[in-house]
Amino acid sequence: MTRQRRFENLALTAITLLAGLIWIFPLYWAFVTSIRSENRVVSEAAGLLPDEFNLSSYVDALFNTSLIDWYINSIGTSVIITAVVLLTGMMCAYALSQMEFPGRRLLYGIVLASFMVPAQALVVPQFVLMNDLDLINRWGGIILPQLVVPVVIIVYKQFFDAVPKEMKEAVVLDGGGDYTLLFKVYLPLNWGITTALGIITFIMSWNAFLWPFLVITTEDMMTIPVGITQVNDAFGVAYARIMSVALLAAAPVVIAYLIFQKRVTEAVMISSGVKG
Amino acid sequence: MAMIRNRSRHRLVAYSLILPFVAIFALVFAYPVIEVVRMSFTDAPLIGGGDWVGFDNYARLLSDKLFYKSLVNNGYFVLLTVIPTTVIALVIALAVNRLSGRMQALALVLFFMPYVLPVSVVTQIWAWMLDFQFGILQPVIEFFTGKPVPVFKNPFWVMPAVAVVTIWWTNGFNVLLFLAGLRNIPEELYEAAKLDGATRRQLFLRVTWPLLWPVTALVLTLQLILQLKIFDQVYLLSEGGPFNSSYVLLLMVYREAFQLNHGGYAAAISLVLFLIIVVISVLQFQILRIGGKDK
Repeated sequence: MTRQRRFENLALTAITLLAGLIWIFPLYWAFVTSIRSENRVVSEAAGLLPDEFNLSSYVDALFNTSLIDWYINSIGTSVIITAVVLLTGMMCAYALSQMEFPGRRLLYGIVLASFMVPAQALVVPQFVLMNDLDLINRWGGIILPQLVVPVVIIVYKQFFDAVPKEMKEAVVLDGGGDYTLLFKVYLPLNWGITTALGIITFIMSWNAFLWPFLVITTEDMMTIPVGITQVNDAFGVAYARIMSVALLAAAPVVIAYLIFQKRVTEAVMISSGVKG
Repeated sequence: MAMIRNRSRHRLVAYSLILPFVAIFALVFAYPVIEVVRMSFTDAPLIGGGDWVGFDNYARLLSDKLFYKSLVNNGYFVLLTVIPTTVIALVIALAVNRLSGRMQALALVLFFMPYVLPVSVVTQIWAWMLDFQFGILQPVIEFFTGKPVPVFKNPFWVMPAVAVVTIWWTNGFNVLLFLAGLRNIPEELYEAAKLDGATRRQLFLRVTWPLLWPVTALVLTLQLILQLKIFDQVYLLSEGGPFNSSYVLLLMVYREAFQLNHGGYAAAISLVLFLIIVVISVLQFQILRIGGKDK
């Protein structure tokens, strides 16, 4: 029985991992393609295994496209979006969770309701607004509409609600106000969820496509996901180069994910409400 | 007196805490919600005024063949993605959940990785894999159809192909939700059922499945809403073609507003999509919740 059980488990592990490797094959294939020369990529003789180590398409990607500009734009806007979303979110959530003021329930209702509104349905008026504010083709234009992430408030509020009231007392006796409480007590107690929310907000804004695609029209202001689509247009079919650019574009989020795997997993589970 | 001053001070602090979010929300969210409604009743170009035209845009929508085509395509895409991805994710989650510590983490990384990629990276990799001449998957397609197929330029294949790419890209998210659901099921329930002599089949049907139902409902709802909002993949892989066979509502919004300069008309289409999503998400959630209670 136990022996059969162990064999079963082994078989299951092997099958699952094999399926996982097949699942990830497109990424492997992109990598193999990226380190071949363009000629090799389309040659009949090219097999499934890496048979060349040719970095010329990476060099090309880095120096003959605006990839560096796109990196700077993506990093800059994503960092600002993440910081502002977390800061405004935790402040708002603290007030909703720990304070009494007229309009509190209304505000929470609006936050919950805005959850249902598809942001994509707002792109037309948002574009008009950005135009009025003279933010087309600027970081501000990319950033502003991405600053509303209601789920951050909802998650923070849940976590703040769960903080025991005794934690407050010492600070209050020392004459500390609500800002001190938020930044000296509630925030430090919730660093875990803060990093988790930060990582997914960062990944979301790094990967945003539709909005940056609409609000940016000049190549040097594009973010990574929008910019890399220009490489096709400019060079026709050059798959080694396209794959190199794609992998360079994906590298930051892939590395961030590999480092913070557990946090990302946790963040996805918590922000979708299946784990509190 | 001091109490009152204290209370108004308390309120002031509270308002100062919510102000940054509320200000941003009002500017880039609430105002555009009102604007999209207002614009939909005007003949405004993308930038600049426009006159009130009542329900003209909506009347025009009702006689716009492309609108119906888009609606049908949106529905077709939902059909091609929502249930398949839910089933695939459930199977993967059940398998991953039975692995031990390290192996589980590894398997999860393999299945989840595509989810963190930017959409254009995903579409470029798949465009290469399915390239008509050199794509590594063409022999597979040839095996089934007898000849290579330029999938994104073929009216029959384009939507299923985009669906496959989408499922590959987003499935990891659903796996995580199911995994969280599975972890929430108390171990004692399984032990108790085993003591009663339950078979594995019974364990799944009587314990796992009913307790996983709320998560399944969540996955279905989230997927339905997500897939209705499809734009990126279709735009990047086929631009709605060929012959509009992959044209969808958001693509129509984009083309009307940003290429044909019909802001008012695009706003009307946006609002339709907006309403569809709100109605469906409310309805579906209610239905699924009732379904869950019966079990």
